[in-house]
Amino acid sequence: MRCLALSAPLLAALSAASMAHAAEIWITNEKDNTISVIDVATLEVTRTIPTGERPRGITFSKDYSVVYICASDSDTVQVMDPETGEILHDLPSGEDPEQFVLHPDDKHLYIANEDDAITTVVDTETQKVVAQINVGIEPEGMAVSPDGNIAITTSETTNMAHWIDTGTQQLFANTLVDSRPRHAEFTHDGGQLWVSSEIGGTITVFDARSQAELGKVRFDIPNIHPDKIQPVGFEFDEKGEYAWVALGPANHVAVVNMKTLEVEDYVLVGRRVWHMAFSPDMSQLFTTNGVSGDVTVIDVASRNPVKTIKVGRYPWGAATRP
Amino acid sequence: MTGPAQAARCDWRSLSVAVLLATALAPPALAQTAANEPLAVPIGWLKVVEPDPPILSNLAPPPADTGLAGARLGREDNATTGSFTGHDYQLTETLVPEGEDPLAAARSALAQTPFLLVDAPAETMVKIADLPEAQGALIFNVARGEDRLRGTDCRRNLLHTAPSDSMLTDALMQFIAWRQWSDLVLIEGEHPGDAEFSAALDASATKFGQKIAARKTWAFDADMRRNASAEVPLFTQDFGDYDLLLISDTLDDFDRYIPFNTWLPRPTGGTEGIVPAAWSPSVEQSGAAQLQSRFIELTGREMQSGDYAAWAAVRAVGEAVTRLNSADPAALRDFLLSDQFQLAGFKGRPQSFRDWNGQMRQPIPLVSDRAVVALAPIEGFMHQVTELDTLGTDRAESACTAFSD
Repeated sequence: MRCLALSAPLLAALSAASMAHAAEIWITNEKDNTISVIDVATLEVTRTIPTGERPRGITFSKDYSVVYICASDSDTVQVMDPETGEILHDLPSGEDPEQFVLHPDDKHLYIANEDDAITTVVDTETQKVVAQINVGIEPEGMAVSPDGNIAITTSETTNMAHWIDTGTQQLFANTLVDSRPRHAEFTHDGGQLWVSSEIGGTITVFDARSQAELGKVRFDIPNIHPDKIQPVGFEFDEKGEYAWVALGPANHVAVVNMKTLEVEDYVLVGRRVWHMAFSPDMSQLFTTNGVSGDVTVIDVASRNPVKTIKVGRYPWGAATRP
Repeated sequence: MTGPAQAARCDWRSLSVAVLLATALAPPALAQTAANEPLAVPIGWLKVVEPDPPILSNLAPPPADTGLAGARLGREDNATTGSFTGHDYQLTETLVPEGEDPLAAARSALAQTPFLLVDAPAETMVKIADLPEAQGALIFNVARGEDRLRGTDCRRNLLHTAPSDSMLTDALMQFIAWRQWSDLVLIEGEHPGDAEFSAALDASATKFGQKIAARKTWAFDADMRRNASAEVPLFTQDFGDYDLLLISDTLDDFDRYIPFNTWLPRPTGGTEGIVPAAWSPSVEQSGAAQLQSRFIELTGREMQSGDYAAWAAVRAVGEAVTRLNSADPAALRDFLLSDQFQLAGFKGRPQSFRDWNGQMRQPIPLVSDRAVVALAPIEGFMHQVTELDTLGTDRAESACTAFSD
């Protein structure tokens, strides 16, 4: 989910370097057409920045000089200067871009075009579309392997993870998952691909080399009906030991042991939790809670929610700016 | 192609060449799992045209392709998946004009496919399911709400993606109970369907502890577009006080003229006001906006309940074929009725089939003209298996025996 947060080693490296500004979490507000910027030190919203229509996916370039925003209803990816909040230019994105991932080359964006059953590949330097790949209906989840060789699109109605060879921009495999896949992530070592299925209520874990299914993560919260436990966004911690999984209308984030695929804890957050981003030092996790319009801050070590921060309407994406 | 794990990063300037080569050399996606010959999955849609009874308003007649348009979208959705899985979905469309024999048409449709969506009166639907040609087939009721089709008249080969009347009225009564609008009155029309819907309202009121204190039959034959403001206040004056006025007018003949003309300023519900429906153009949460926009793009109009039921039936077949890699109707029936099957139906919860009567479980939106007021099952109505089974006839109450294998 480079669209929403950055890989742990990179974050650690960058947070070690001295930066001019305090660390921030950037939140897209889907139904306010804004970004709320949260100061990690004070846990306050310090800026609210206007965007195009229906901002969802958000990611920074590797050097944090620009931030990319999926403005879904404006049918564009906006490129913003994070210092000034000024839109530098728009990228051609195909229709209705929902979610994207920045290739490790820091140059190519892989964009899910939700209404068009297409994945669009855009060169951020030439600002040109370099490929469009037919995928299943309602593409959403986007991932790219750490070595950059494989990109993934998940399609919500076709219920598949589509495996794209980034060398040829062709699909080379399509693997079925449970209903309504929403999000995909490669593990830090690139060995596994995880895909969450919102209606299926599971995460499917694949071997990235063979595309074979290794197992499934299942969830069970006392007094919450299984139908309402709907995994969406998730993030892996720094060491690759635990996955933090947003469970949508179950209003909880699950802490999953990545070795056993068992859930160790459920952390109560706001209503309809979508996505999340870690603080640069990985000690805090910020979750976007769509229905309650706020962000829950979780202390990673104790696995306790420590603060709720009001943001705009329908917060969706989250990205870290160290 | 195998995996790209060792593939060198492509030089973007030579992309077009690479794409050309790949296209020429490699079969389409999922080559390693798709069969050489695509698996054909024909699906039939059959509608028996009935004469439309006259109604007061001349505006906005129901679209002529209600249902069919949903089936077409379902086929397109399936076909996209099929392009990756090697499944070829086709839709055959049969319209039986007034006066022609629906059973002959059904026979010839069933000669082409074992999966048949039917929009026909309840009696005809049962006769189609009873045809020798239909034994071993899967018939989908995509239009009718009569509870008896899921009860005493149920058939082993007849599944229902249209919600039953009692699912709709249970949804409304849950909302009414939650709002504590416990004093209800009812106006019903004289069409046979109105009496059935009223009976469902009665049963739901009893089920959820509400009371329909008074009822009247709409017996005017005047044109209410001129007279509603004069007649409705008087007609509703002797109801006394109440919280909500229920209306049972399944043809939408007079119901649209009731709101704002009642003696007391009270909301209406049932077929007008707050309306329980399988679908509505105002449903947008849970990804529904995407289904709505795909439908509008295909048809140029908004998606209605009948379209949704047909879409859900075609998608259910598609989902089962995808998971089983088979188009055998017996295998599909077993899978559809198992707890393995789930359809993401854009209403926020997985949808499945009740294995005691073939009814698709589904949330029921309670809608006004421009918004979803609430989505049933309403929070707080509990069930030992799934909250969706608080809507409609539950296993223990079912009169259907055809499903006990």
